[in-house]
Amino acid sequence: MKFWRTPLDIDKLQIPRGELHILKERCKGCAFCVEYCPKGVLELSEEFNSKGYHPPVAVKPEECVNCDLCEMLCPDFAIYCVRTEAGEKEVTT
Amino acid sequence: MSAKVEELIKEEHPMERLLRMDRIPHIWCPTCGLGTTVTALSTALEQLQLDLNNVAVVSGIGCTGRVAGYMKLDSFHTTHGRAVPFALGLHIARPELKTIVFSGDGDLISIGGNHFIHTARRNVDMTIICVNNFIYAMTGGQVAPTTPLTAKAATTPYGNWEHPFNLPLLAASSGAVYVARWTALHVRRLTAAIKEAISKRGFSFVEVIAPCSTLYARINKLGTGLDLMKFYHDNSVIRHGADLNDVDIDFQSKIVVGKFVDIEKPTYIDCLNEGGKRAFGDKYKPYGGGNGNN
Ligand SMILES: Cc1ncc(C[n+]2csc(CCOP(=O)(O)OP(=O)(O)O)c2C)c(N)n1
Ligand code: SF4
Ligand code: SF4
Ligand code: SF4
Ligand SMILES: [Mg+2]
Repeated sequence: MKFWRTPLDIDKLQIPRGELHILKERCKGCAFCVEYCPKGVLELSEEFNSKGYHPPVAVKPEECVNCDLCEMLCPDFAIYCVRTEAGEKEVTT
Repeated sequence: MSAKVEELIKEEHPMERLLRMDRIPHIWCPTCGLGTTVTALSTALEQLQLDLNNVAVVSGIGCTGRVAGYMKLDSFHTTHGRAVPFALGLHIARPELKTIVFSGDGDLISIGGNHFIHTARRNVDMTIICVNNFIYAMTGGQVAPTTPLTAKAATTPYGNWEHPFNLPLLAASSGAVYVARWTALHVRRLTAAIKEAISKRGFSFVEVIAPCSTLYARINKLGTGLDLMKFYHDNSVIRHGADLNDVDIDFQSKIVVGKFVDIEKPTYIDCLNEGGKRAFGDKYKPYGGGNGNN
């Protein structure tokens, strides 16, 4: 992560990590989650669900910062993210 | 068909706590913004940590009107245009409840317009969330009193030539004590505004601009709901406390969003009790009420 100045408490900061859950069968392929994920974690897959839509797939799951924006924007309650404590990364400049 | 799709889903989405899952998947079209607005309301309710037994959601008829049917709360799906008078009756009978009206621009402002302005005038303690998709979506995309000038609708194939309402101005000038506008893309700020509106004593109003992909976007050749979200991203201007005469929405113009009004004023029940005391002095027994705040 890039900072415009080094935070004074850098040794205490941790970047949250999230584990994504995609409920493929409920998805209608709108791509709101793909478009607005700040970390570019998601892409629409080639795969079809049983309704004929392309659900998203996490192409960079390790980049997810558990911001929940995908979960909030999804109009079909088809994606959510859970914070994982174990995977937290140290912040470096 | 829909039940079968749900059978394939083995995990529980956090929103399920507030949804009637026997009705999910919902009927809304792909890239419709309505589901996002439901998440904003549900998240607001969870963050406020309200006793959900004391929350009621009332809708009228329309695509937006289906929200009441999807929320796992005491919810009422009323007739077209009558969400506000139903909510008024509910509030008077059960003033301790948080009464939330969630409905469309056509339902609240066209057929229900008179109820809307008079309930605002009386500063009745309720929250109105109006999803403005600029059209009567459910019935096939007819022109609404919110359709921007020159925008097309099924009934105005050459473009709308009527002036639309400016909803924040209408709400504020009618007497609302809290007025905000956000788009479905501003989902976090929208959630925060819904929290403030629900906590406010008095008539609070939140306008949500949301994409109708199947009718408004298609008839006007604006692409999908995703294209409308991108349009909101590029064209929303946050201006808290804006002069409400300047927040009209023209066809594909800038959309001014923000918190516009947040004032204090005695509510309908406050005034009822004040009037009773004036007339009958100590013999008057005050009627209990406030939106669960007192
Ligand atoms: C008394 C009556 N008149 C007309 C209708 C038809 N009708 C159903 S929904 C609707 C408009 C809904 O528009 P809006 O509230 O903007 O909801 P949207 O579908 O756009 O979310 C109309 C005119 C009706 N159901 N009842
Ligand atoms: S939680 Fe945030 S970072 Fe993670 S996938 Fe969703 S939008 Fe992207
Ligand atoms: S936002 Fe939801 S419905 Fe849209 S593509 Fe992502 S998971 Fe699917
Ligand atoms: S018709 Fe429009 S408002 Fe209704 S569900 Fe479809 S996209 Fe949404
Ligand atoms: Mg509408």
